[in-house]
Amino acid sequence: MAFTLYTLIQTAILCINAIAVLHEERFLSKMGWGADQGVGGFGDDPGVKAQILNLIRSVRTVMRGGASMASTTLQNCSVHLNK
Amino acid sequence: MDYSAAQSGFRQQHNMRLRNSSVDGPDGGQLFDDTSAAGPANQGVYRNQQAGPQAAGPPGQSFLSDPMSNLAMVYGSSLATQGREMVDKNLDRFIPISKLKYYFAVDTVYVGKKLGILVFPYMHKNWEVSYQQDTPVAPRFDVNAPDLYIPTMAFITYILVAGLALGTQNRFSPELLGVQASSALVWLIMEVLAVLLSLYLVTVNTDLTTIDLVAFSGYKYVGMIIGIIAGLLFGRLAYYLSMLWFCGAIFVFMIRTLRLKLLSEAAAEGKLVRGTRNQLRMYLTMSIAAAQPVFMYWLTYHLIR
Repeated sequence: MAFTLYTLIQTAILCINAIAVLHEERFLSKMGWGADQGVGGFGDDPGVKAQILNLIRSVRTVMRGGASMASTTLQNCSVHLNK
Repeated sequence: MDYSAAQSGFRQQHNMRLRNSSVDGPDGGQLFDDTSAAGPANQGVYRNQQAGPQAAGPPGQSFLSDPMSNLAMVYGSSLATQGREMVDKNLDRFIPISKLKYYFAVDTVYVGKKLGILVFPYMHKNWEVSYQQDTPVAPRFDVNAPDLYIPTMAFITYILVAGLALGTQNRFSPELLGVQASSALVWLIMEVLAVLLSLYLVTVNTDLTTIDLVAFSGYKYVGMIIGIIAGLLFGRLAYYLSMLWFCGAIFVFMIRTLRLKLLSEAAAEGKLVRGTRNQLRMYLTMSIAAAQPVFMYWLTYHLIR
């Protein structure tokens, strides 16, 4: 399997993009994974589900900042390179 | 002659700088031994490099007697020192050089013992890392501490042995070395990221740093190297047997090492502690340890035909 560092960067960008585009109302709330449904147990044991929801929300927040510009530029560069 | 003297003088200066600036190493034992031989010639060159302005030393006497060139040499050396300090300061922001130095503070006895534990972890009794005032002891003083020397050397040796294996099957070309190297590196990075992600999800409070995880993931390359060499020398049966042995060995090694770091105190001592959190942690330890043989097989089977 010829993995290169470039494919790793591509994979990372695509995965983060996939997490960032999960829509809040249409999808996550229907499955019971909304942002307001995770924070149940305070104390020292948040649980795996609460951690995953936190992760999704933080990825979405970061991506809506400047990181989305970086990812679109990276994707454009990869399109040019693959031509 | 001159070159070797200058080189040893530089090394002494480097050791001097290490000794003066490493307050983060455990006091009482420095990270690195000062192996500077106190010969008169070395001392002369060393003192010559330290005391720049008074440099009317043995080499280049006539060159330095002119005051203008003396001034230029002093100015040049001060510029060089400033530049080096700036580079060090900026580089330290991205890569924690002082922390990396800790992981390379090994000696021959430690490497020998650690390789012995990697090959045969069943007799080792005490797996705890000893601490010294809240910081872990350097690897040369404690055989259980993780280091980066063995993983780095094993990784490079793995690439060379992979090239050798490909060469015996007439499949070799120099680009393949680079392909193997980057491929193995990518798998290593993905494994470390997966372990970090799972540690975050299970909210384990542990003092395992990222570099510790890189070190633990690099220990499996030792088994892979010996497996490939056995396969090259003695055929496929030897490859399978040695891989079986080393898969078992690395599984036991990882479980016994991670058990002390990830599980709570009671569970680490072997008592059965109920509760979903401890169960999750146990599953996490087992899956990290079980992923190692999978990677070992995945990265080597295409080299043995």
